[in-house]
Amino acid sequence: MPRLSVWMVRTALLYLGVGFTIGGLLLFNKGVYIDAAIWRLRPVHAEIALIGWTLQLALGVAFWILPRLTRTERYGRTWLAWSGYGLLNAGVLLLAAARWNNGPAELTLAGRVLELLAVAAFAVYLWPRVKPFGK
Amino acid sequence: MPRLARWYIKAGLVYLVLALLVGVLLQARTVIDLPGWAGRLQPVYLHLLIVGWITQLIIGVAYWMFPKFTREQPRGSETLGWLTFGLINAGLALRTIAEPQAGDLGWVLAVSAVLQVIAGWLFVINTWARVKER
Repeated sequence: MPRLSVWMVRTALLYLGVGFTIGGLLLFNKGVYIDAAIWRLRPVHAEIALIGWTLQLALGVAFWILPRLTRTERYGRTWLAWSGYGLLNAGVLLLAAARWNNGPAELTLAGRVLELLAVAAFAVYLWPRVKPFGK
Repeated sequence: MPRLARWYIKAGLVYLVLALLVGVLLQARTVIDLPGWAGRLQPVYLHLLIVGWITQLIIGVAYWMFPKFTREQPRGSETLGWLTFGLINAGLALRTIAEPQAGDLGWVLAVSAVLQVIAGWLFVINTWARVKER
């Protein structure tokens, strides 16, 4: 598994653990009441589970298993994929912080823009690797 | 494909069908009269789909295809893998039963939450060392 995939899959695993923990807290609080403020974590739970865990795992595995570009070039413009990794996690963390604290709408928007840039970088990076093996 | 991976993926398929069945029930409420519990199925629908189907499919395929842990223990701890499987499915099944009951089974929801959190972290622990460069 290439280094970027290791980073992305391990980061995704951490988000899975945190996402399940926050989700568990929400569900526990729904069954046995602890505090109304816990409900504010719901958008954080969704962001972490869907983008931090599921999407990040898919992109990390795609970087690993899609056909290499050529025998010599192999992974190609990896700076694009690494940028995507950084932007995606900056976006998830920014959104989680903003939505938890009912932060300004501009902060939420900035998080969404970072996520958009991240997936655009990945789409551009992965595009030429979606090809028949050996060509 | 190892036995545990097959169980995860087949359980995932069952949850996929269940999720879409619940989706039909949610939509059916708009055209026919259904009991009150049917109106409280939205979170069950989402979690059957995301935890029951997508996450279990990922766990099953990861258990099968991720780099080997060691030659002697290629897929990490099989015991932890089965424990994760049991806990995540028990947790999700309890949620599916209890959540539409409008607070009557609150303690069941709490137990379901604890089981799923433990399952999530057990999967992380058992998979972490298999995510490696060589």
